[in-house]
Amino acid sequence: MALPLLLGTGRVALYAEPFIPSSDDQVLERLRAPSDPQMRKLSRLRRTLAQEPHNLPLALELARQYSELGRSEADPRYDGYAMAVLRPWWNKPSPPLEVLVLRATLRQRRHDFDGALSDLAQVIARQPNHPQAWLSQAVILQVRGDHEAARRSCLPLLRQTSALIATTCVASAASLSGQAKDSYQMLRTVLEERPSATAQEQLWALTVLAEMAVRLGHTQAAEAHFRKALSLNLRDTYLLGAFADFLLDEGRPEEVEALLKADLRPDGLLLRLALAEQQLTSSQLASHVQNLRARFAANQMRGERLHLRDEARFTLHLLGQPEKALQLAQRNWAVQKEPWDARVLLEAALEAHDSPAAQPVLDWLQSTRLEDQRLQDLIAAFP
Amino acid sequence: MKRGIAYLIPCLLLCAPAAVLAHKPSDSYLRLVIQDQRIHGQWDIALRDLDYALGLDKNNDGLITWGELRTRHEAIAAYALGHLQFSAGEVFCASRPGEQLVDYHSDGAYGVLRFSVNCPAVSEPIELRYGLFFEFDSLHRGLLSLEYQGRIQTAVLSPEQPTFRVAPPSALSPWREFLQFGREGVWHIWIGYDHILFLLSLLLPAVLCWKRGRWQAVTTFRPAFWEVVKIVTAFTLAHSLTLSLAVLGMVSSPSRWVESAIAASVLVAALHNLYPFIHHRLWLVAFAFGLVHGLGFATILLDLGLPGASLWLPLAGFNLGVEFGQLAIVSAFLPLAFMARYTWLYQRLIMKGGSVLIALVASIWLLERSLELELESWFG
Repeated sequence: MALPLLLGTGRVALYAEPFIPSSDDQVLERLRAPSDPQMRKLSRLRRTLAQEPHNLPLALELARQYSELGRSEADPRYDGYAMAVLRPWWNKPSPPLEVLVLRATLRQRRHDFDGALSDLAQVIARQPNHPQAWLSQAVILQVRGDHEAARRSCLPLLRQTSALIATTCVASAASLSGQAKDSYQMLRTVLEERPSATAQEQLWALTVLAEMAVRLGHTQAAEAHFRKALSLNLRDTYLLGAFADFLLDEGRPEEVEALLKADLRPDGLLLRLALAEQQLTSSQLASHVQNLRARFAANQMRGERLHLRDEARFTLHLLGQPEKALQLAQRNWAVQKEPWDARVLLEAALEAHDSPAAQPVLDWLQSTRLEDQRLQDLIAAFP
Repeated sequence: MKRGIAYLIPCLLLCAPAAVLAHKPSDSYLRLVIQDQRIHGQWDIALRDLDYALGLDKNNDGLITWGELRTRHEAIAAYALGHLQFSAGEVFCASRPGEQLVDYHSDGAYGVLRFSVNCPAVSEPIELRYGLFFEFDSLHRGLLSLEYQGRIQTAVLSPEQPTFRVAPPSALSPWREFLQFGREGVWHIWIGYDHILFLLSLLLPAVLCWKRGRWQAVTTFRPAFWEVVKIVTAFTLAHSLTLSLAVLGMVSSPSRWVESAIAASVLVAALHNLYPFIHHRLWLVAFAFGLVHGLGFATILLDLGLPGASLWLPLAGFNLGVEFGQLAIVSAFLPLAFMARYTWLYQRLIMKGGSVLIALVASIWLLERSLELELESWFG
């Protein structure tokens, strides 16, 4: 039977020739160890829920755990599981509050920011005293570059939750709108005063602190914050990515290789490894670039393009196609506006010799009074 | 110890792809080919997802081996095909699992399930309903690629959009099909030298008239123009008539006979320019031979393969394409011939010499086609 090997151009690579393994002992796939206590708890919950799929507290517990795994592992399959667990309530006109909060998180992860914000607005309207809703809203607003609204959404947290969470939230937003130094000092002080905060809270505070220090150009302090965050031993893809970026900027690609080689399943981490290998002229580079290309193509086949920032970086630095990278960075900029989104666009515009394309970002940086050493260097490089 | 060795060997083979596996949302790759009343399918499903649904890791060691997969083939096939329904009209089609293989995609190993589907009434539009893994993964997508009569249709199947209706080729876009056959018509006029030469033979004397035993130039454009209109219209009507009748199956003739008759028509038309025996109503000749040429076009059109559902659109498209090609030739020829009609070049070289040449070529075709002699290979 001659089956066509095409779903469009450039996709052929995804289909190798299927084969019949030669031995029964041949290992085809490695799963997350089923003996892992977290996995065992999940499968127990799943079995119980299968008996009574409309049990809301049970469904919420399972969905929360899946969602958390989806975040920490950067594995969207868990997001899909969480969504399916909540399906009995997902499309109701007015879902239970906790379903709305989770739905907002999951929608945010699919970059459906409007949907997520409308869910959170519903929660806050029904229960103004809901710290998770205010916090999630603040995070999304900050990703979208609305720092003032993000800061306002953090304020209710001062009354509703721990001082460290509230301070991290406020400082993070304020540090992006002209108060970088003050915010950094404030968060640093609050963190030092609260050594008993939960590991999750510390992880978040330290990651934010490290990124603030990077933007201020305090490299030694930044590294100390990153290292302390890593020493908490909480698996966190975002932290690994941010630290790898720091090391890449510092010209320490060997350390990136050592940091990341344990887990290359998240696209963002493989991207950073490939960038490090490019500096090292490693023999692995070609196969990793090929692999990333296949991953972006696979996402596109689903009709999704969620990691536009990563794809723009990949296209710019690893494929060496500045014009195409600039287009991707511009599409990304229309969706989200974090300092790194600005940086990718400026880098692509610079490489593509397209100064006008950088103008919207330059205007935006001026209006937000964002302080970022790397961005300042980039802006200075424009003619 | 024995176990350790069993791990070690596959690791040598597999650690390379395993090291760079992606985290991505769950997709399955469903490829279908519809052919001769049957659907052939190849369905790549991630082992990780199959394990989540059916529990493939029998010994609970976190590794899925080929043995664990192979022994569950029947259960996997029943589960997967139970979540993919085909129907034609109101009737469900029966699926039959075939062999199971393995393949790698960017996020790991996939079970490759081959299967076939038999639809009792393939003439009805086929619809498929996809429901794999939706019950426990809302982000799962079925990436469908379907080949039907040389055309690829694709779709992303999701919980929101789980069905796909296979567009029958003729209904894909009637307008596009019409255009496609129209292009074929133009193309076959251009590469069908026998038709061009026949047309030219009829057109050559159009700017002349036979007086006192020889060709003389016409004085005004109008009679020449109307002569051409009459000839072309008659030729067109005749070949459209036989083309339609043949394609609709109402007449049929052996193609060797038709090809020979076409060659003969070219020969007669060329000889007629040298020794005219019909001085008026040349359009009658055009009509008579047009009937034969229509049968020739029919052979081409039938060779192109017509969709069974509707014949009229491709037929009309092809016919109009042929007309368009002819008109292009006529409108290029007529003004030039009219301008050159008094010259020696036209009256002697083109009219006489050209006709002799056409007659020669047509004779070779006639001989070759009727006797199946490969004379051309002697000359070429």
